Amino acid sequence: MQIQDAGGQLTSRATYQLADLADYLARLVLPFLGALVLTTVVLLTVDVAPLDAYRILLFGAFSTPIRFGDMVMLASPLILCAGGLTLTFAAGLYNLGIEGQVVLGAIAAMIPLRLFPDLPPPLLWMLSFAFGAAGGMLWALLAASLRLGAGVNEIFAGLGLNFLASGIALYLILGPWRREGSASSSGTALLPRELWLPTVGSLRLAPLAPIIALVALVVVWWVLSRMRWGLEVRAVGLNGAAADRLGVPAVKRMAQAMAGCGLLAGLAGTLQVLGVFHQLIPNISSGVGLIGLLVVLLVLARPIWVLPVAVVFATFTVGSVQLPLTLGIDSSIAGVLQGALVLAALVSRGLMQRRRRA
Amino acid sequence: MRQPPVRFIALLVLFALLLGACGTTPAAQPTAAPAPEATGAPPVEPTDAPAEPTAEATQPTEPPAATEAPAEEEFVFGMILVGPTNDGGWNQAHFEAAEYAQARLPGSRFIYIDKVNPADRPNVQVEQAIEELINQGAKFVITNSAEFADGTKLAAEAHPEVYFLHASGDAVLTGSAPSNLTNLMGRMEYGKMMAGCAAALQSDAGKLAYLGPLIDPETRRLVNSTYLGAKYCWENYREQPADSLDFKVTWIGFWFNIPGVTLDPTRVATDFINEGNDVIISGIDTTEALVEANKASAAGRTVWAVPYDYEDACAQGEDVCLGVPYFNWGPRYTEILTEAQAGRFESQWEWIGPDWSDINNPDTSMIGFIKGAGLTPENGAFLDDFISKLADGSLDLFTGPLNFQDGTVFVAEGAVADDLAIWNTPQLLEGIEGQSAP
Repeated sequence: MQIQDAGGQLTSRATYQLADLADYLARLVLPFLGALVLTTVVLLTVDVAPLDAYRILLFGAFSTPIRFGDMVMLASPLILCAGGLTLTFAAGLYNLGIEGQVVLGAIAAMIPLRLFPDLPPPLLWMLSFAFGAAGGMLWALLAASLRLGAGVNEIFAGLGLNFLASGIALYLILGPWRREGSASSSGTALLPRELWLPTVGSLRLAPLAPIIALVALVVVWWVLSRMRWGLEVRAVGLNGAAADRLGVPAVKRMAQAMAGCGLLAGLAGTLQVLGVFHQLIPNISSGVGLIGLLVVLLVLARPIWVLPVAVVFATFTVGSVQLPLTLGIDSSIAGVLQGALVLAALVSRGLMQRRRRA
Repeated sequence: MRQPPVRFIALLVLFALLLGACGTTPAAQPTAAPAPEATGAPPVEPTDAPAEPTAEATQPTEPPAATEAPAEEEFVFGMILVGPTNDGGWNQAHFEAAEYAQARLPGSRFIYIDKVNPADRPNVQVEQAIEELINQGAKFVITNSAEFADGTKLAAEAHPEVYFLHASGDAVLTGSAPSNLTNLMGRMEYGKMMAGCAAALQSDAGKLAYLGPLIDPETRRLVNSTYLGAKYCWENYREQPADSLDFKVTWIGFWFNIPGVTLDPTRVATDFINEGNDVIISGIDTTEALVEANKASAAGRTVWAVPYDYEDACAQGEDVCLGVPYFNWGPRYTEILTEAQAGRFESQWEWIGPDWSDINNPDTSMIGFIKGAGLTPENGAFLDDFISKLADGSLDLFTGPLNFQDGTVFVAEGAVADDLAIWNTPQLLEGIEGQSAP
């Protein structure tokens, strides 16, 4: 399951678990400290009191119900993406095409909304989610078939397909799906209000979003850690050739892992359309796929850690909106903190491994 | 099976995120115009314009209590801008207008969030940004982009206790606005007619190119106005036949450059120049047209440009600038804010023209035109004559016969288009080359 520790030491199960836990805590704490140091340096260079900035970044998203709702609406697609990516990481695949899968999911989710606007909303939502999931899955399978059939590394296949997906979205927005009488890359017309996912009171929080995300995450955890399928996927991820020789259908498992990831990414895209933007915009993914990759890099593809880390990342992003207003600094500092976290995690992980080998 | 190195992936991802972040800098770095603030280093933007030092002191220190009301007498008004405050165009005009209003409203404080667009702030919607302003005590919120129509309406419905002004929108006109929302726009049609006239007066080749943003009724009516001004001056001052005037528009797809999403305005401008167009008229928020014309001129070509939106826009290429039609939002903002502060807010759709007694009066005229150094004195005299005809009403360019691109009649012979017909312009006019998106 841990890619980095493949072929680790033989230890008794109990000590392994204990060491694993300590190891894991260190892995979470050290990167956090490292990232704090890095971000603090950045903040100090622009003359901002770091504590004020951190208070906003860490707690800002919890200061009002509205901000909390926005945080949940950002965390939900993020959890879906990161959950999906744990599948592909387990299979040893680097699905950088996840952004495109979110976009394709969003595009596909629009199709039933445009074709059958008169159906009752709950039915339309179901159709929309089904289409979105299928769209994301197809796009992932396209990357997978390039990898498995044509030998194109899935990283580059995915990146290429990302561009293609945004191109399609842009074409639809400026072309066939444009607002009546205008052509603007700002997006399609807003969906009618009755098609927006229902929200809690006047908040933008649509409860269906976190429910779908959490259910999906539980399913990912279940199949990866409790089912034979997950074991086989992990075996493929650790050593595909060996797994193949032992009778695991490696190619099939990789394709399935990609398909699963694409499906979840497609659901994330559907949420962006139905619950967040209520229209198709060129940047419909708003980067949740890329942030999802950061989350997964940080938690090393362990599904249970996806939830807290995704929430923390969403918290940074939502909190950061207040930064320019209250402290006069740009909100991109949240991105600095997120990037620094991942970087510090990778560095500390590398250092620990070297120490262990020594 | 190989194990792609995690670090490599991480690098790729970080790189991709970085790319995303880089893509958001304004294409043309506005060189510090003589304007008050523009010199500031771009990365750190002081958010509370002139009140900087005090602002920090008055900030609510406890984020959880961010809703606490500011000092009793203080009147906080906020602004959501679609682009950066120093873009040398649309957004800078709004930003400086808000500063103008703050200076004239005792006890007022101006706060803002700029760059609210899906490229610069992918996870922030306009309602969310408005919410932050209200949390900081804003009692009046101005939103400055046509793209904010829906978001402003939603926020206004959610906050009946706050007043909203949506600049360039028409929700009040269409009857979909709540009573705490008002609309304001300037009759830039006049400014664009002057721009077109200046372009036609100075062009050797008679080939004018319009750098268009996205396509909607507003941008169509502005292109049409430019064309009408150009055609009039081409026929009447240059004494050339109308069909020897080339006028084309290329739309980039948004108000400013978003890499990977819009056409790159720098590219479009250089293409215009390479195709032999000798005047580029800008319809976008930023200054690429002027910057590229200036470069081409330095390389020995004869190219002129007419920027847009902001009174000091010529500063980025004085010698090739024929002049700039600009918005002067400050005076009307001040009046509306004063009324609101006194509890006399009125929801209306306003479309305000220049103060014809002096179109460049900073305290009275909503629309102005400042002649550029590139315009020759005799052409300047022609332009003055043209402006005086617009001013005394002897010339109305929206007089028929005017046809649309597809040949249908826009204004019949002898008739004059009314405000609504112009506001909702469905097509470009016959004679203009470019997409109408009807």
